Amino acid sequence: MKLFGLRLTSTALVGIFIILACVGGAVFAPWIAPHDPNLPLGGRWGPPSAEHWLGLDQIGRDMLSRILYGGRISIGLALLATVLAFVVGIVTGFAAAVFGGWVDIAFSRIADVVLSIPILMSALIIISGFGTTTTVLVLTIGFLYSVLVFRVARAVAMNIAVLDYVEVARLRGEGLMWVILREILPNALPPLAAEFGLRFCFAFLFIAALSFLGLGVQPPDADWGSMVKESALAIPAGIAAPLYPAAAIALLTIGVNLVVDWLLSIYSRPQGENA
Amino acid sequence: MAQMRSKAEGQILDVRNLRIEAVTETGKRVTLVDDVSFTLDAGEVLGLIGESGAGKSTIGLSALVYARTGCQIAGGEILFHGRDVRQLDMRGRQNLRGVRVAYIAQSAAAAFNPAHTLFDQVTEVALQHGVMNRAQARRDAVRLFGELELPDPETFGNRYPHQVSGGQLQRAMAAMAMIARPDLLVFDEPTTALDVTTQVEVLASFKKLIREHRTAALYITHDLAVVAQVADRIMVLRGGKMVEQGPATRILQKPEMDYTRMLVAERVAAEQSRFVEGHAEGDRPILEVRNVVAAYRGTIKVVDDVSIDVQRGDTLAIVGESGSGKSSLARVIVGLLPRQQGNVVFDGVTLRPRLQDRSKEQLRRIQMIYQMPDVALNPRHTLLDIIGRPIQFYFGKGRGEVRARVEDLMRQIDLPADYINRRPHELSGGQKQRVCIARALAAEPEIIICDEVTSALDPLVSDEILRLLRRIQDETGVAYLFITHDLGTVRRVANKVAVMLKGKIVASGPTEQVFSPPFHPYTGLLLSSVPEMRPDWLDEVLSRRRKAG
Amino acid sequence: MLKLLGQRLALGFLTLIVVSVLIFAVTEWLPGDIATNILGQQATPENVAAIRAELGLDRPPQERYVEWLLGAVQGDFGQSLANKRPVGDVIGPRLWNTLFLAVYAAVVAVPLSVLLGVLAAIYRNSVYDRAVNIGTLAAISMPEFFIGYILILFLAVQFRWFPAIATFKPEQSFGQHLYSTFLPMLTLVLVVIAHMMRMTRTSVLAVMSSPYIEMALLKGLSKSRIVVRHALPNALAPIINVIALNLAYLIVGVVVVEAVFTYNGLGRLMVDAVSKRDVPVVQACGLIFAVVFIGLNLIADVLSILSNPRLRHPR
Repeated sequence: MKLFGLRLTSTALVGIFIILACVGGAVFAPWIAPHDPNLPLGGRWGPPSAEHWLGLDQIGRDMLSRILYGGRISIGLALLATVLAFVVGIVTGFAAAVFGGWVDIAFSRIADVVLSIPILMSALIIISGFGTTTTVLVLTIGFLYSVLVFRVARAVAMNIAVLDYVEVARLRGEGLMWVILREILPNALPPLAAEFGLRFCFAFLFIAALSFLGLGVQPPDADWGSMVKESALAIPAGIAAPLYPAAAIALLTIGVNLVVDWLLSIYSRPQGENA
Repeated sequence: MAQMRSKAEGQILDVRNLRIEAVTETGKRVTLVDDVSFTLDAGEVLGLIGESGAGKSTIGLSALVYARTGCQIAGGEILFHGRDVRQLDMRGRQNLRGVRVAYIAQSAAAAFNPAHTLFDQVTEVALQHGVMNRAQARRDAVRLFGELELPDPETFGNRYPHQVSGGQLQRAMAAMAMIARPDLLVFDEPTTALDVTTQVEVLASFKKLIREHRTAALYITHDLAVVAQVADRIMVLRGGKMVEQGPATRILQKPEMDYTRMLVAERVAAEQSRFVEGHAEGDRPILEVRNVVAAYRGTIKVVDDVSIDVQRGDTLAIVGESGSGKSSLARVIVGLLPRQQGNVVFDGVTLRPRLQDRSKEQLRRIQMIYQMPDVALNPRHTLLDIIGRPIQFYFGKGRGEVRARVEDLMRQIDLPADYINRRPHELSGGQKQRVCIARALAAEPEIIICDEVTSALDPLVSDEILRLLRRIQDETGVAYLFITHDLGTVRRVANKVAVMLKGKIVASGPTEQVFSPPFHPYTGLLLSSVPEMRPDWLDEVLSRRRKAG
Repeated sequence: MLKLLGQRLALGFLTLIVVSVLIFAVTEWLPGDIATNILGQQATPENVAAIRAELGLDRPPQERYVEWLLGAVQGDFGQSLANKRPVGDVIGPRLWNTLFLAVYAAVVAVPLSVLLGVLAAIYRNSVYDRAVNIGTLAAISMPEFFIGYILILFLAVQFRWFPAIATFKPEQSFGQHLYSTFLPMLTLVLVVIAHMMRMTRTSVLAVMSSPYIEMALLKGLSKSRIVVRHALPNALAPIINVIALNLAYLIVGVVVVEAVFTYNGLGRLMVDAVSKRDVPVVQACGLIFAVVFIGLNLIADVLSILSNPRLRHPR
């Protein structure tokens, strides 16, 4: 099988299938969810049944419907944060690589300082200062991840910017936009695409972790991470309820990782064989 | 021990119908070496000659029953002292490698482990295989260092690889190969990465080593003149197949096959071609460089008080070894490396030091061609994009006119018109370099700076490129500034030459004059270091130098 | 080389200062009127005034910063807003608990993952290598709490081998400590080991594909000698960096794992403080984590400089 002219491996196929299933479930939740996600329908921790495939949660709401709706928030926020991180990270990273000099030094030093402590710590400190709203959450993660993207984008652009064909363009007298958009970007896209998948995974897991800690998505909204937190008390009672949303998180991450691995394996190959 | 092995008698290696295959990423099988057979007697040196992709190294490594990742020895027999070593198990192969067959790689800088001293690495084979004890091995290493004319043989081995020069490291690798007194040495382009003046000395050391120890050797190189100095017999390879083999003198003087004839003729042309005539027009040079000084990071001076002139329609070659500052000079002229002092005058107008401060028209009139066509072409652009851009950029032509002009240029560089939508990875190395030339021509420049444009290409291909450049000069009257380390190239393209050493020009003038006696001592050294195809060339040079020195 | 080491040390110190400024700015200065922020719904004028007085908000921020930093250097982080106890007293035992768990996990995870990673590199493309690849990919994809809850569900609730809640009593012996914190340790190890193995494998593979390894093969050396003598010394610097990076993962993982096992460590304290907006505690926790993290990176830097033969034996 092929996709965009690239040979698909079986693992990549599995990954794509998982992503489509997760995203499809989230997008079409209102149509496919069997029940209202916010309506208590039975007793606490109702066991899985034909009516409620994944059972009921701590106040008797249908688990499957909640997971389908929760996916909208989980995937949506992670995607938003990742896109934000990429826009900021690529612009600054390319600027640092192309301009060099003090622009590069300034951005790189900022990145060094921000990354000198773990991202979770930075996020906790920022949230303690600005509060636990969804906007703060997305902006915080977008900003912190943009620093990581900056490093990658800068390195990728640097590697390309020193190549002779970029020098040829500069010698021709081409403007900056031409150099960035026509010479560097097309060659930077494949590695950055893989990076996007990877960063999405991390942002997604990160939001889940924050929500799990009670510092991410706040009730009455619920993403997969906060659903785990809410139902955590079931575990000591031997009830697997919190594992379902947690498994959904793991599943989507595995799916994206499989596709990323496949992308990386393609683009790390040397181009052309008649050189 | 050495005496117990059947040393130095009869046939050592007998390779029969060797076939080596590679498996590509897509799972396709490709034959790298196809039905190659040869034998090697004790004390005999067989030269393996061919262009890149000929399978020389692959064959050389097969003598150690080794194939690189992704390759495998798929067929044939490799008889070493009459025994097929392909049948050996892992243990048997380990006992063969390094002890009875040893390998000398192209880049010693990469082949030595940066974490250990030279002594440790040179003696390792002997110690690991129990050939000698530590004290013996150390003494022997010192002796080999001495034979190879390394400085301070007693203490040389205490150093780490990064602490010695490239030529010394290459010789240390020969010592490492010799330590267990193998029956067979495999030299894999061992002097290719060295400067010519260093190459002579290293080559001489290798020759002495092989002769004195009467060790058989496979000598792999692309340079006929080098192989002429060391080989008793030569095998010519092309695309993994044998073209012909025979005694060295016969192959070099009376080649039977067309391909060999072409190789030899190319080499003869490099040695004996007549000096080219200039086309100089007008009296005012198109490019004048006056007392230019330039440095990297403001402190490391790489171009030191250099002055040169290039006349319209003329070719000036800047020749020098690595680190001489010749490429830096080119970068100063185009404005990539801003000069600190002096002037660069183009067509009577002084150019600003920095590229960014020059006008579009000034940029257009000076074009540059690079050493590595692979990285000089954007892999995501088609030939139409690549060659068409300067036309669109400098002359503001519309789409149709650009395309017509690109087709013209492709005709001029002998590329089929239907290549116009191809991307660089679909072309061969020589074709890529042609595209680079077309891109430079598209700007209709008055001078083209050629920075080692043929160094990365095989001899026959680079010969074609040089011919093409000369034809273009005849047709358009463009001037060339030719940066190269190869004196053969200088002879063939440049009517004027400037010799650079450590950032300064030490000799300059018409090529014929600079390259004829009496010459500047450094020019003399360079000229005498270029290998020639006469088998006795190396010995002559050495005896001459001994007399003089 | 001494100059280089000195530079790294100075750089680490400078980074720490800048980070402390940022911590202070983000928690106390940038958000604007933090007294109202902290109180939220209960922001009566009296309460706001009380918080202002407590944090000294009427004074300029640079003055408060200097005072805070000088206090912190001497171990005085001010008073907790939540329970009015000195922050140092609140943090002390928590820090010890967290360090115990982190070191416990590191002692198990580091040697294990380096060994397994090196083996995966040596037996590249073998069944073992592929199994490792899939296993680690799955482990990386799972959130820490997922692994933690699975372990609790099976090892604590189903089989009752280990306690589900990692309590820590002073009268426990060292062995009991190890036993009661076994599940959180295992969770951390599983998370960290996957990352560490993958990165170790990659860096060893990079070294194994270098020409001097081919040369060693062509010298007829045995596989074990090639790995131990020729590959490892050069893979050391990258592996050290991998370890440092993953000890950082460990610090981050601690926060979540402590929440899963309701373990009284610094991470949980910090999360509580963040949700209650107990600014002095957040600042103190942030600063301590920063010191540990920057210190780890500094040590890794110094070690990899020391293991570089080019720097140890200059020309």
